[in-house]
Amino acid sequence: MDVKTWTFIIVGATFALYIGIAIWSRAGSTKDFYIAGGGVHPIVNGMATGADWMSAASFISMAGLISFMGYDGAVYLMGWTGGYVLLALLLAPYLRKFGKFTVPDFVGDRYYSNTARIVAVICAIFVSFTYVAGQMRGVGVVFSRFLEVDINTGVVIGMAIVFFYAVLGGMKGITYTQAAQYCVLIFAYLVPAIFISILLTDHLIPQIGFGGSLGGAIGSQIANGENVRLLDKLNQLNTELGFAEYTSGQKSRLDVLCITGALMAGTAGLPHVIVRFYTVPKVRDARISAGWALLFIAILYTTAPAVAAFARTNLIDTVSGASYETVEGEKSIPQWFKAWEDTGLLAWVDKNEDGKVQYVAGAALTGKPSFAEGRGAHGERRVSNSNPDSKNELYVDRDIIVLANPEIADLPAWIIALVAAGGLAAALSTAAGLLLVVSTSISHDLLKRVFLPQISEKQELLAARVAAAFAVMIAGYFGINPPGFVAQVVAFAFGLAASSFFPAIILGIFVKRANREGVISGMLVGIVFTASYIIYFKFMGGTPDQYWFGISPEGIGALGMMINFAVAFVVSRFTPEPPQEVQELVEHIRVPAGSSGPSAAH
Amino acid sequence: MSNNDNGNAQRYWARNLRLLLILLAVWWVVSFGAGILWVDSLNAFTIPGTGFEVGFWFAQQGSIYVFVALIFIYARLMTKLDEEFDVHED
Repeated sequence: MDVKTWTFIIVGATFALYIGIAIWSRAGSTKDFYIAGGGVHPIVNGMATGADWMSAASFISMAGLISFMGYDGAVYLMGWTGGYVLLALLLAPYLRKFGKFTVPDFVGDRYYSNTARIVAVICAIFVSFTYVAGQMRGVGVVFSRFLEVDINTGVVIGMAIVFFYAVLGGMKGITYTQAAQYCVLIFAYLVPAIFISILLTDHLIPQIGFGGSLGGAIGSQIANGENVRLLDKLNQLNTELGFAEYTSGQKSRLDVLCITGALMAGTAGLPHVIVRFYTVPKVRDARISAGWALLFIAILYTTAPAVAAFARTNLIDTVSGASYETVEGEKSIPQWFKAWEDTGLLAWVDKNEDGKVQYVAGAALTGKPSFAEGRGAHGERRVSNSNPDSKNELYVDRDIIVLANPEIADLPAWIIALVAAGGLAAALSTAAGLLLVVSTSISHDLLKRVFLPQISEKQELLAARVAAAFAVMIAGYFGINPPGFVAQVVAFAFGLAASSFFPAIILGIFVKRANREGVISGMLVGIVFTASYIIYFKFMGGTPDQYWFGISPEGIGALGMMINFAVAFVVSRFTPEPPQEVQELVEHIRVPAGSSGPSAAH
Repeated sequence: MSNNDNGNAQRYWARNLRLLLILLAVWWVVSFGAGILWVDSLNAFTIPGTGFEVGFWFAQQGSIYVFVALIFIYARLMTKLDEEFDVHED
């Protein structure tokens, strides 16, 4: 069977599974809809959190990013996992004890203020929509690449699936579907990684092969009879071509520190992740569930850097100096090169007209390839934006590292189909979790808690479903007409979460003296500071040499967070302390006992 | 709440904070320390039997393993602490 048939079968089977789970786990009450009834097993919640967290970007783009960044890729690896330690130790158990439905619930109740609640709601909606647009686009891209349907049709199919289980099942439907999606995506990620590890290093486990010697079918050809470590060879190849050594970085240490810090705090402050810890039965479960979540995430996150190093070694070795046309007895480019050139993820310009691929440091093109009509002298696609200042002839899109890996390693067709199903699982699960945050923010935080407190539970549930339906449609619209700034805005989502929610929640739990005035001013100053810095550098033409202390916009959230803490602390000192019942609430959430139902101690 | 309960809760909280500080110190050392600040000096060494430079390994592998371990250790120690102070659920 060919790849397309396999893809139809595997993607079709996974979709049928998701729909089946959705029908089985319909939500009957607001408690079902918001927090899955509060009875999810910690391991299931861990899987659901893993799928919720790992987006199309983690699945498709991350290994590629690391592949081109080398050591500096560690900011994503540590930033997006280290945040779970903060979440498990500083947030999840206490929020579970607090036992409401949403993050704005906590902010609003703890700071006895609807202003604080509304600020939190706006942040939650903004952060979620920023993210979800990218997910829907990811669904469309996977569909178009593997099933040869139009991107827009792909987005609509994705919308229909998410609509079905998010609107029908709410958090309950989403949780059990996400657990299934985790299994699909991790299987789809590991199988090609294991195959490639065997081909390049002769080790079954990629995390070990990563540090091993070249060996196996492809690896021994690259090593050419020598006994050489994969990473040493990669450093040597990188240096020869004028790139930085793979295992040492190029970014300034302070910037790496700030980006990692911002991503960690941002991860711990993202509402769609926090809300997952309301779904388990007990405080004890919230703690252990964060451990399971991180374990499930770590399986992918420790495999990704190995895949990145394998793919980079293989890519350089295969294409560098290879002749574009197949010449007998000479090194020529493989078949997959041309297939991916057709999709626009690879491009080659023969600058020195020798018919061979020169791959060195520098940008081959000015930006993404813009293809002209017709073919060049050797049959390659013509590109109109060649960059004359660089000798580099090869443009490689980073997404290709994961998407083309099975073909690069010449794996069977069903594995390629599996990667498509995995990419879809990653994108759909994250989209559903985010859409739920949006719908809950509207039906619960705005309607029930602020504007229409008299509505019945049935009406609230209906409002939640209607809000979810609208959120799906808006997300689909952004998927079909992606705003050009999606990539830039992701820095926003983390920076904002780090500089607003994270300090507000931490202070709410650990500092009894933190009051309404302090935390609202802290959040506002933190957000305004972070947002202005990002807007100036991303949208108003600020240049890297103007960075403060060399801190890039991706890392500024770390500074925004510290400013938030400082402002909140100082202002709280000089304003009246929180009312007695709020101080008692803080005492109450610090102790696990009495988590179900109202506490007898009050 | 009686005074006695109150004292118990405060001692429980103090023990909890001490545990948090220790675990977060480890968290900081493996990520920001070994993975970023001291990465160059640690890269002078390789992990025996592998091609990993120590700093690079912490940055791309080791810190993540330690993170996972930290959460499970925390969950276990807190369950014990809850029982010791009789503040556990059910």
